[in-house]
Amino acid sequence: MIEVVDLYKSFNGHEVLRGINLKVEEGQTMALIGGSGKGKSVLLKHIIGLVKPDRGKILINNQDIGKLRGRLLKQLKERCGIVFQGGALFDSLTVYDNIAFPLREKTRMKESQIQDTVLAELARVGLSGAENKYPAEISGGMKKRVALARCLVMKPEIVLFDEPTTGLDPLIAKAIHKLIRDCQKSLNFTALMVTHEIPAIFSLVDCVAMLYNGKIIASGTPEEIETSKDPVIHQFVHGELEGPISIQ
Amino acid sequence: MNWILTPFKIIGSFAHTFVRELGRMACFLATSFFWVVFPPYLLRRIVRQINFIGVKTTLVIVLTGSFTGMVLALQTYYALVKFGAETSLGPVVSLSLIRELGPVISALMVTGRAGSALTAEIGIMRISEQIDALDAMALNPYKYLIIPNLLAGIISLPLLNAIFVVVGVWGGYAVGVGLTGVSSGTYFGGIRDFVSAKDILEGLYKSLSFGMLITWISCYKGYFTGYGAEGVSKATTQAVVLSSVTILIWDYFMTSILLT
Repeated sequence: MIEVVDLYKSFNGHEVLRGINLKVEEGQTMALIGGSGKGKSVLLKHIIGLVKPDRGKILINNQDIGKLRGRLLKQLKERCGIVFQGGALFDSLTVYDNIAFPLREKTRMKESQIQDTVLAELARVGLSGAENKYPAEISGGMKKRVALARCLVMKPEIVLFDEPTTGLDPLIAKAIHKLIRDCQKSLNFTALMVTHEIPAIFSLVDCVAMLYNGKIIASGTPEEIETSKDPVIHQFVHGELEGPISIQ
Repeated sequence: MNWILTPFKIIGSFAHTFVRELGRMACFLATSFFWVVFPPYLLRRIVRQINFIGVKTTLVIVLTGSFTGMVLALQTYYALVKFGAETSLGPVVSLSLIRELGPVISALMVTGRAGSALTAEIGIMRISEQIDALDAMALNPYKYLIIPNLLAGIISLPLLNAIFVVVGVWGGYAVGVGLTGVSSGTYFGGIRDFVSAKDILEGLYKSLSFGMLITWISCYKGYFTGYGAEGVSKATTQAVVLSSVTILIWDYFMTSILLT
């Protein structure tokens, strides 16, 4: 379970997050929507512990990550995974080595076991045969799949996705969405996904939250968000140019 | 009134930025050395970085070392011959190389070849979120990116310096003995008589400290690079300029301390 309580964050005097309250129940998949550059990725980085909040709490399975230090924080981080927007694959390593990297560094698995695990993970994301390629040699969609495989290889309990389908064509985007949903069903992780794929994402998630002006202004089922009468949510979800959200 | 205050404001702002940056750099180095003592020790990564910083710079060091020795011998010979002191060619060339030129030029060569590459590599890893990915995997980026480079720099520089000096002395021999006619015995006999262990230690201390300076500055600039390609390009330029200037300044202070 992920719970964010009254979270504030400023950068150089500019307040990005102004009291975020958010809860993702165990085993659920939540989509986080909101305007570009409004702090969604910053919120994800807080949850994974990459950015420290100015104020507020982040609870992962009821443990406050702000109060954890050393080994305890490390153990908590190991139960979480993140798929970055650009994949964040290590460009000096092959696809195989990228996926094997956390296994080699974090476990005592033998190389033969690592090989079996990596090949199984590659098969799961539909990339069998691409193991010897470098990140620069594969397409954007393939990079996202490799990033997903690298994240899932450690069997995390919580997975954060930062715009997993940005820049991909609709078919590949749909395939990645389905892949995420299938993985979520088979591994039963809790997922929080930052996305702009509206309304396509509504059929794949359990709940949706909207970030606006540094706050979560609504959280509910996809149907509730889609049919919301709130003018801000209505404008954003239906992509209307006229409304309370000013386009800069 | 404003025009009176403006210069003070500029100086104050500059001093504030300088002190803050210096503090951040010191914290960065202290954090790196703090993590050195804790496992995992990642020996393979250290060896790989020794290969990158040290082994791959050897050819450049051999080339610059030989020509530095040759030109030094040539210039020195024509100066010494005016005083009838050409028999001192060997000691002058070797002492210049061991105490000054070897450590400084080899450090500048490493800065140009490896320091800039380190900054660019770490900087690109920062802007493409690869460092965040390491952190998110609960792996310490200092352990994987900074410490192997720092240790590799500290190990490689004295070795490169030694190669530079040996090649330089032989370069000086080629010109001094081969072209100007100083005898081989005079050249090497002078070196044996005048070069002491203290001189060699001075060169060693300098190259050890330069190894740390170059990798420290290069890693720091890459780790805290700005945004985008421009940020990485700026960080790389700053790393090379700052490393080169710091090497020369630090060399002066090291020399003053070691000569007293």
